[in-house]
Amino acid sequence: MRYLLLIVSDPAAPAYIPEEDNIEEWVADLERRGAAIVGDRLRPPSDATTVTVRDGKTILTDGPFTESKEWIAGFDLIDVDNLDEAIELAAAHPMARFGRVEVRPLWPLELGA
Amino acid sequence: MPAPGPEQPPTATTEVSTTLAEVVASERLRIVATLIRTTGDWDLAKDSFHDAVTRALTTWPERGIPDNPGAWLTTVAKNVAIDALRKATTERKATKRHAHELTDTPEEETTMPDDTIDDDRLRLIFTCCHPALALENRVALTLRTVLGLSVAETAHVFLVSEQTMQKRLVRTRAKIRSANIPYRVPPPHLLPERTAGVLAVLYLLFTEGYSSGSGSDLIRPALADEAIRLTRLVAQLMPHQPEVLALLALELFQHSRAAARLDAAGDLVLLEDQDRSLWNSDAIIEGSRMLTAAEKTLHLLGAGPGPFLLQAQIAAEHATAPTAAATNFARIATLYARLSQVAPSPIVDLNRAIAVAFSEGPDAGLALLDTLTLDAHLGEYHLLHATRADLLRRAGRSADALPHYRRALELAPSDPERRFLQSRIDQGLYSNPSPGSE
Repeated sequence: MRYLLLIVSDPAAPAYIPEEDNIEEWVADLERRGAAIVGDRLRPPSDATTVTVRDGKTILTDGPFTESKEWIAGFDLIDVDNLDEAIELAAAHPMARFGRVEVRPLWPLELGA
Repeated sequence: MPAPGPEQPPTATTEVSTTLAEVVASERLRIVATLIRTTGDWDLAKDSFHDAVTRALTTWPERGIPDNPGAWLTTVAKNVAIDALRKATTERKATKRHAHELTDTPEEETTMPDDTIDDDRLRLIFTCCHPALALENRVALTLRTVLGLSVAETAHVFLVSEQTMQKRLVRTRAKIRSANIPYRVPPPHLLPERTAGVLAVLYLLFTEGYSSGSGSDLIRPALADEAIRLTRLVAQLMPHQPEVLALLALELFQHSRAAARLDAAGDLVLLEDQDRSLWNSDAIIEGSRMLTAAEKTLHLLGAGPGPFLLQAQIAAEHATAPTAAATNFARIATLYARLSQVAPSPIVDLNRAIAVAFSEGPDAGLALLDTLTLDAHLGEYHLLHATRADLLRRAGRSADALPHYRRALELAPSDPERRFLQSRIDQGLYSNPSPGSE
């Protein structure tokens, strides 16, 4: 079962402490479990471009779709047995302490079914 | 179908419905929980069981009640589920696996190592109480699936429409499926935390029933009995968890006073004014036994007391005191102090101040109330004002107590409580015709 962990910034969270960021350990644990698929940081919303097509015209917007103080700072696509295991990994992620982790189950699209 | 022969007289319908009601009460949870495990489909499990009960209603009067009615219902419900899955197989190949697995499931429960808790009922309870579900959804799903309340009854407990409740239950079951919440008793490293989550739901059910009184409402008061029944089951299935035993003890102690806590007019009777001969001594004895078992288990584990153990110890002091005056309030105050460390809450602090007032005098209680600065959290809570008023009254300052009684009256949520507070205000007015003249 695949889950996407969305790493979300949270202005109300405790201040980020670089020495307590054990992301390398976390990734190593993910790989040891065989749960890692892909994951990375994301550039901030100021580097985002939002694309919409209306009436056949492509419209580009500088920045994210919504004005929000919370933004997606990274993601990890993982493959685990069940929600409990996904929660366990999310809770161990350093950004669960300095931000928030949203656990989203994948909803596989059955093409050609 | 010909009429039954003389050797097989038709079974009286009343006998059938009585037996069926008993079997449903004792077997429903086990059968539904097992069907959910084997089919992975909550709705199918529920519907198959319902179907089996309906068939029993037509079959049993004709052929007689089977020797083992529970086994009969299990087999029929399982066959109904298999048929439904086979039918679905022709439409969707994906479910074939389920039908196959179900057919191959041996009748005997697979035996597990001794230290593993293997029981479908517990699987179901833990899944309904999973912390990834919102608390009110956990309670709703537990009422509906574990206790077997109808959607209408469940809606009534939450005071929402049947339609709203139906939607909420559908969404909750959908999340269990889509997010793949495992249908299991949590592994040992998650067990203490998840057990605490189950106990919170059970206690919420209990207090929901307990605090609803004994008016014309028949569903909510019955919840207290149902919650005790379920806690007893969980305690049987997890006999080595001190907090489970402690919760059962706590519920039994509180429930033992059910007959004494309201008077004939439906008004609240304070603990100190209750007729202790009305207390259910069987419940108190069982509660004491459970509390002792919880304390022993805790001692063996070498762990510190949890919140339910401390609350059960407090309840035991009240339940076993021969008179209100003979209650060991000093110990109760100490237990509340420990409880406020284990599970800090302004309500616990308020109760601690009350216990201090009873053991050291109302002025000590009032002083503690002032240092705890509870108004920030409990300013809108009628019992904070009622407590302050009561302690002032006991300290002989009835005039000072009046404004606090009036504030409590404004905030009190129920009629019996409002009547009680009004009577205190009336007494205060009559005993002090000119307030401030003391």
